[in-house]
Amino acid sequence: MTINGRAFIAGAYEHPTRKAPDKSVAQLHAEAAAGALADAGLTKDDVDGYFCAGDAPGLGPLAMADYMNLRLRHLDSTDIGGASYIAHVAHAAQAIAMGHCNVALITLAGRPRSAGHSGTAARPVIADAPDSPWETPFGPTTVNLYALCARRHMHEFGTTAEQLAWIKVAASHHAQHNPHAMLRDVVTVEDVLASPMVADPLHRLDCCVVSDGGGALVVVRPEIARSLKRPLVRVRGAGEAQKGQLGGEVDLTWSAARHSGPAAFAEAGVTPADIKYASIYDSFTITVLMQLEDLGFCEKGQGGRFVADGTLISGSGRLPFNTDGGGLCNNHPANRGGITKVIEAVRQLRGEAHAAVQVRNCDLAVATGIGGLLGSRHGAATLVLGRE
Amino acid sequence: MARISSTCLTLRDGDWPDPPASPESAPFVAAAKEGRFLLRRCTACGKAHWYPRSLCPFCFGETAWEEASGEGTIYSFTVLAREDPPRAIAYVTLAEGPTMLTSLVACEAGQLAIGQPVRLVFASSKNGTPVPCFRPVGEGDPPWMEPEA
Repeated sequence: MTINGRAFIAGAYEHPTRKAPDKSVAQLHAEAAAGALADAGLTKDDVDGYFCAGDAPGLGPLAMADYMNLRLRHLDSTDIGGASYIAHVAHAAQAIAMGHCNVALITLAGRPRSAGHSGTAARPVIADAPDSPWETPFGPTTVNLYALCARRHMHEFGTTAEQLAWIKVAASHHAQHNPHAMLRDVVTVEDVLASPMVADPLHRLDCCVVSDGGGALVVVRPEIARSLKRPLVRVRGAGEAQKGQLGGEVDLTWSAARHSGPAAFAEAGVTPADIKYASIYDSFTITVLMQLEDLGFCEKGQGGRFVADGTLISGSGRLPFNTDGGGLCNNHPANRGGITKVIEAVRQLRGEAHAAVQVRNCDLAVATGIGGLLGSRHGAATLVLGRE
Repeated sequence: MARISSTCLTLRDGDWPDPPASPESAPFVAAAKEGRFLLRRCTACGKAHWYPRSLCPFCFGETAWEEASGEGTIYSFTVLAREDPPRAIAYVTLAEGPTMLTSLVACEAGQLAIGQPVRLVFASSKNGTPVPCFRPVGEGDPPWMEPEA
């Protein structure tokens, strides 16, 4: 049993807004949904499966399903943070393969920029979370839990701040071509190192943007995909995994992508060397570095050397990544970057990325993400997509 | 005493966010108020773990409290120099084995390094709950004294 070939991504839409103080979160979800359905050539009434995560307002999928007045026979609100929407594509393909739905809609939206929610703020205390009594006093914000991984990686493997900076440099080379990107100026390694230290060794330019906005995807059965007028983007393989503190056997040198990545490649029947384009969740530069290693694009510990000198820059580097500018420069709606990773992979496979960053003959792509907190508890989801 | 340099990590006694109370952490808090640092070890497989749980995270066996040495080494850390006062969050590997999320206090941030020996020091949260922090072994009193308000 496999999902390979059992479902296609027929619609993808990234909301163009990056600041929406006068819109509701529900409105942004619905606008993204409308955009993705229009992209696919489908209507709201075609939707019979709906997927969302913790950014959706209300109880699970119920409030948004009602807001959009959907008639559903399959619902899924799996939440593994920003990686959720990558997992949702796989879950949608599973549901379609089992005959539980035909047209699955996935939405994400939020307005953390307008609400003033960033990764340097203390995360809300969830009193019942079993770790809260032990960790709340120490103020584990998002950025400092990623910084702990970066410092340990430097200690174990000799990774440098300059090498991490190359990831931001590559993203900025792509963002200059995206009129919607928040940060369109091309930056240098020196610019990254000269930016203010937020949580050492992570500088301000090692961190993603905080943006309002959203995105949506439509996943359909093969027969429906072939009846539509869009290029065929096939779901070829998927994997998901999670990692915590391992009972105290903490090891910050690897992420759960170490398990989700190989599972996705195996299901797709491909290897990292076959991949033409990679969408890699870039909440921080270290997030990209660790996923590159964990997916097998290079050996563990060699990520710094791999990304240095522009390996990730489309047109000149051998593994073009995040050609929309990624979370580092373009967009990180709801502080959750998974859906934009899938959207840009779909653009690349359709040949609809910006001409300056479009990968030639892009017929195989990976979209991978880390949700939650890399340094304490996180989920990972990986998707291999192919053009028919 | 004059305010120390911006990279001075103070004890922040009485200034830490309050941890939510839990039946599972109550015995730890009670012992900490007597200056004792507890962790839990499995009565079946014999392994110590962190954070403390009623069921062993390695084998689901029963666990029991024991007093720990309070000795450890820094596994990783980050200094949040922009915060006022500056602070450092860290993972510290205890002599008993497990690695725990904590904060490094009473030291100069520039002197911290992975592998450095540290020793437990209880600070207290705003409501007086003991907070298990660590300070480098061998640091003298100055320069980590609390700055004047």
